[in-house]
Amino acid sequence: MTLSEVVGVEGAQGDFTVKVKQHPRYIDMDKCIACGLCAEKCPKKVGNEYNEGLDKRKAAYILYGQAVPLKYAIDAENCIYFQKGKCRACEKYCPTGAVNFNQKENIIDVKVGSVILAPGFKPFDPTVFDTYDYANIPDVVTSLEYERLLSASGPCMGHLVRPSDHTEPKRIAWLQCVGSRGINKCDNGFCSSVCCMYAIKQAIVTKEHTTGDVEQTVYYMDIRSHGKDFEKYYVDAEKKGINFVRARPHSFAPGPDGKGVKTRWVDEQGVEHNDEYDMVVLSIGLEAPADATALAETADIRLDKYRFAECDSFAPVSTSRDGIYVAGCFQSPKDIPQSVTEASSAAACAAITLAESRGSLTKEKTYPPEKNVSADAPRIGVFVCSCGINIAGVVKVDEVVEYAKTLPGVVFVENNLFTCSSDTQVLIAEKIKEHALNRIVVAACTPRTHEPLFKDTLREAGINEYLIEMANIRNQNSWVHGGEPEKATAKAKDQVRSAVAKAGLLAPLEYLSVNVVQKALVVGGGLSGMTAALGIADMGYETVLLEKSNILGGNALRLNKTWKGEEIKPKVEAMVRRVESHPKIKVLKNAALKTAVGSVGNFVSEIEVGGETLAVNYGVGVVATGGAEYKPTEYLYGHDDRVKTHLEFDAFLDVSPHAAKAAQNVVFIQCVGSREPGRPYCSRVCCTHSVESAIELKKLNPEMNVFIFNRDIRTYGLREDLYTEARRLGVIFVRYEVEKKPKVIKDGDALYVVGDDHILNTTLKIKADYLVLASAIVPNQTKELVELYKCSVGADGFLTEAHPKLKPVDMSVDGLFLAGLCHYPKPVDEAVAQAQAAVSRAGVILAKSVMPLDSIKSMVTNKCDGCALCVDTCPYKAISLTVYVENGREHKRIATDKALCKGCGICMATCPKQGVDVGGFTMNQLKAQVESILLGV
Amino acid sequence: MSAKKLGSVMVVGGGIAGMQTALDLADSGYYVYLVEKKAGIGGVMAQLDKTFPTNDCAM
Repeated sequence: MTLSEVVGVEGAQGDFTVKVKQHPRYIDMDKCIACGLCAEKCPKKVGNEYNEGLDKRKAAYILYGQAVPLKYAIDAENCIYFQKGKCRACEKYCPTGAVNFNQKENIIDVKVGSVILAPGFKPFDPTVFDTYDYANIPDVVTSLEYERLLSASGPCMGHLVRPSDHTEPKRIAWLQCVGSRGINKCDNGFCSSVCCMYAIKQAIVTKEHTTGDVEQTVYYMDIRSHGKDFEKYYVDAEKKGINFVRARPHSFAPGPDGKGVKTRWVDEQGVEHNDEYDMVVLSIGLEAPADATALAETADIRLDKYRFAECDSFAPVSTSRDGIYVAGCFQSPKDIPQSVTEASSAAACAAITLAESRGSLTKEKTYPPEKNVSADAPRIGVFVCSCGINIAGVVKVDEVVEYAKTLPGVVFVENNLFTCSSDTQVLIAEKIKEHALNRIVVAACTPRTHEPLFKDTLREAGINEYLIEMANIRNQNSWVHGGEPEKATAKAKDQVRSAVAKAGLLAPLEYLSVNVVQKALVVGGGLSGMTAALGIADMGYETVLLEKSNILGGNALRLNKTWKGEEIKPKVEAMVRRVESHPKIKVLKNAALKTAVGSVGNFVSEIEVGGETLAVNYGVGVVATGGAEYKPTEYLYGHDDRVKTHLEFDAFLDVSPHAAKAAQNVVFIQCVGSREPGRPYCSRVCCTHSVESAIELKKLNPEMNVFIFNRDIRTYGLREDLYTEARRLGVIFVRYEVEKKPKVIKDGDALYVVGDDHILNTTLKIKADYLVLASAIVPNQTKELVELYKCSVGADGFLTEAHPKLKPVDMSVDGLFLAGLCHYPKPVDEAVAQAQAAVSRAGVILAKSVMPLDSIKSMVTNKCDGCALCVDTCPYKAISLTVYVENGREHKRIATDKALCKGCGICMATCPKQGVDVGGFTMNQLKAQVESILLGV
Repeated sequence: MSAKKLGSVMVVGGGIAGMQTALDLADSGYYVYLVEKKAGIGGVMAQLDKTFPTNDCAM
């Protein structure tokens, strides 16, 4: 439901009535074929919001070329007809009569069981700062504008130029924390979490978009590269020559003739610098959406002081109203992986709430019985698409049609204005039946866009969906050969001939599926593992929870409070009780995973528990094996009881608050065992933990001196408030460089911390009553698990996700998911969110008793002699060697696990004997295709 | 006994978070209404050039 907004939410969890206001598109979605004529003929130009106003679009528009839905819209605020009463050019030229100026605004009631709010964020508007003069200096741009300047689909096609004179910039500066971490007017107190990383990315990527040398400087307060693999990216950027300067330029002025930017700034030694840049990028922060307050009132949920949705650390996506959940930046500013994770968490929460009604409103599609055409001689039908003027404007489609009729095996050819339109699907199905077509060629666009649609059409017409071949005469032809219609037409003929040659050899492929064992195994009984087990069990699936120790709860039992101040232990203990009494959860303590065979939908494991071996059959697994505090070897740890790790100091504070209160000086040292060779990652939670403990000490005894030795303070997101509070209370932050760490010495009985102060420019010697080491978080040993499941693990020992951005909880092995510290250090709220996300991802598989698979898989041929070369090259470990006996002799031969195989074809390319083929891309089919295209050379 | 709960969910916002929520729920057997204020879904991520650390195209 596009161009729509929620205007009312009545009812309660399980039975909401949501009022949705639908604004008119003025284009009939069913008729629009996205030919683009309306936009071409529209005389009105307006700023293009997709490119941040850096170029123009028309009043009849689509957001961008790949927009979904790919349907035009008329922007009434700018449309000449709506504003002045005449024009209607779009209506006149639309070939399908899709333009409808009579559409009206519509309010509808939608009945749903749950509501999830994911309205995103508002990029900070820097015009409020007159010192940066963003409004008047053309070469001061926001980071989002810069993103569009870099983009190949942006206003300068990816060849970076500055706005003032369209020349390539040679010196570019980034200014961090614009609209973040400030408490001045119009500013936001929180850290936006993502700007450090996107600025580093932009600085690195800039090199790919410029021709000569370019100099990049990032002005920052703290670099916050606290995410997985982020620190490495930052260190690499430094190595690549990007300058990182810890300073905050106060103001910008236009350069000579209004081109470029002049800036004046002061370094940490108090020396003033005057610099000129060709361009300055303002790293703008992420605010709550502009309509956050209105949305919160409509949905009747509470917001925090920054207008983000208020959530609890143990229910990180649940709002104050039951049945309404949030995802993404509306909860707090965050990056893409965290947004995707919370999106799945919100889905899990809704799915658990509505578990009893799962499948009640969805329906499965049914198809007619399929005609077996495998033995029939090819009767090929070719459909040549004009794609409006997209193809026909360059390629002479009539000639291509006539040519296709002459090709062997072709019995029917037709040209369509839009082969993908819904009426054409009906037509294709009719022609398949009328002419007994058994192989289909569509000469149109890329299979990525519409092949699924055509496959469906084939299936509806009663033939196997894999009997289709596409020739991409648009993206690979008309779009790139616009000036050469003759050659483009000749090329289109070559493409069609080649596709027909392959189509003639296409064979139907068997539809594959796996039976899903609707049970789960969760490995690890800490906070993440318990959250995952409870979620899956609450969805109604049986769950086995395996814990290696004799107690559930993990690290959380040793933590006092979350960063929001919630008590942790009572919550965890309540959770342990729920897990242990849940009818759908079987808890195995003192248990070890011994074997794992099978694949998604059907794994079998042997678990050793109490000297006995138990076999467990499950469809999905969640790995939550956790992590531990690194035991330092530095700073006299282990040699003096006053030197403690965070967890030890938490226990001390809990047990002896009076002793802690009596202390005069307490020192914290950050990055102990993190961000240095051997453990190059940032442990994410330690800055917040130290700041939190420092505040507690200051509250116990305001006279106490509390020092935090740090390299950068990384209190990301809303945690920045704690950092502000700590400074307000007088906590002293002393920065050190990794080459010059503070020293801890003993003089008699006294313990001293010695380090340089960057502000006083002098050496500090602090007599410490207690020294707290913010030591790294290290993953628990997962070597055996990795070997059992053949899943991947990173250099730092953390388990690897399937995709760092888009699949942050799926593992490299289908059917396995991860959560908690085994993935990367994270605080309670993020561990819970990730575990809930694993619940949702697992639920997708468990929801069906049979899971369909793609049929394009590798298959052994009778030429296989069992040499096993392909076994090693398969990246998915889908191929194994089997032994069979024929005529009393033993033979070896490979076998493919269809659930693991992704049809990539590496095995086929590796095999020297054509002993393995990939369905739909067999060696014979590819050979015919290549030989045919070579005829045109 | 209370009436049976509805097996449908409304997701408000068609950016990366909203889309992922909608996909997960639809794939798990719930009917999803995805509500988006603009003319198309995709959100801010569709405006990004590349994403770190893989430098993949954001689109």
